[in-house]
Amino acid sequence: MTAVQDASALPTQQVETGGRPRLLSALTIITLVAVLIGLYMALFNARTDIDQGDVQRIFYIHMPAFIGAFVALGGTVIGGIQYLRTRQVKWDTLALAGVEVGIALALVNLVTGMVWARPIWNTWWTWDPRLTSEAIMVLTYAAYIMLRQGIENPEQRRRFAAVYGILAFITVIITLVITRIRPDTIHPVVIGPSVQTDMAQGAFEVAATSGVRAALMVNMPVWAVLVPITLMWYRIRLENFNQHIQALKMKALS
Amino acid sequence: MKTPFFKAVLSIVRKDIQIELRSRELVSSMGLFALLSILIFSFALELDRTARQEAISGVLWVTVVFASILGLNRSLAMERDQGNLDAMLLAPIDRVAIFFGKLAGNLVFALVVGLLLLPIMTILYNQNLIRPWLLLVLLLGTFGFATIGTLLAMMTVQTRARESLLPIVMMPVALPVLLAAVRASTNILAQNPIADWIAWPQILVVVDIVYLVACYLLFEYVIEE
Repeated sequence: MTAVQDASALPTQQVETGGRPRLLSALTIITLVAVLIGLYMALFNARTDIDQGDVQRIFYIHMPAFIGAFVALGGTVIGGIQYLRTRQVKWDTLALAGVEVGIALALVNLVTGMVWARPIWNTWWTWDPRLTSEAIMVLTYAAYIMLRQGIENPEQRRRFAAVYGILAFITVIITLVITRIRPDTIHPVVIGPSVQTDMAQGAFEVAATSGVRAALMVNMPVWAVLVPITLMWYRIRLENFNQHIQALKMKALS
Repeated sequence: MKTPFFKAVLSIVRKDIQIELRSRELVSSMGLFALLSILIFSFALELDRTARQEAISGVLWVTVVFASILGLNRSLAMERDQGNLDAMLLAPIDRVAIFFGKLAGNLVFALVVGLLLLPIMTILYNQNLIRPWLLLVLLLGTFGFATIGTLLAMMTVQTRARESLLPIVMMPVALPVLLAAVRASTNILAQNPIADWIAWPQILVVVDIVYLVACYLLFEYVIEE
């Protein structure tokens, strides 16, 4: 019963049902072009790494994709906190979009990492601390989606999802810092300080090869900002349409 | 007129312990599960002496986690099914007192099971587990599980999937506790020098505090009706 009341309380007018907003179209084109420029910088402009060869180029997508996941999942935390404070549905939509885009980008990060690890570590997968913690991070957010599906009352679903979305971010932080607190990882740290000794396999010097820094400077904002924001915008629009349809259905039924 | 915070917490704990002393429902099912679990592990892993020494802390902690999940599900489902949760929400007490009361009860039950496991595993796995440091790590670890578990179980008992959902949502979030606890226990049992592993109990303390604060802040959003 509460579900019916809640759905009919949703605004049926507020959602734009027309075409895509102009800003979103522009952002889509910018993102597509930027991804292509990023690929050009990574595949052609940067010089080949002397140790690893062409496979090192995967790094230009690999790490920025994780930062993108971090941004998207950070959006979930913001959405969760704001939802608990204001109880506006839009914040919950932001949180949901953040989780789905975050999972997608984390999977990009995992898959590119596996492709790279096959020639460099001679294995697709190893139970290294960082690999394990990221796998668990993805599973945590899969659990978030399962939790959402397990709750029928929409208000309760949004509230619990907000709480879990905030807690789940702990796994993201762990994945981010684990190579810095566990010296026994074989995952290399390319940027920033590290406690690693000679355990890490496959690190490289950013300054050693020309074009590496430039390729990174282009790909980082593309994958860390443009891609997650564009995808999340589409996901939020989809969710708004979805809720709009639900509300119309409830109206037709009552 | 509100009941003072600690009085409310204490009476919730007393209620839980009194129910347990009369029914022996939680600790007996958790204990039996834990016993079966360590037996199954010893068959499944076909342990020889050296492998056993390396696997023993993993076996201990996996058993403690699953036994805790079993207990948490029962403990909070009981509150909900018998309408006691509504009564506590109506009572003129701080709502966070409910969290701390249930947390303390769940911690006590998990600790009892953990403490029972140590001598049993000492006998069955032929290695002395009764060491002061291990007791401390057991306390810190079960505290972490009880904290995060009380919050999440309060959520999952209100969902449709109920019992099956708690392990799925709890295991990944409890992982930092599990990781630090297993690492610390392995080192303690291997009798490595204290400087090598003291970081793990310290991490465990930090994680426990972070979880306690997070759950304290988030709990009131989980029980509003």
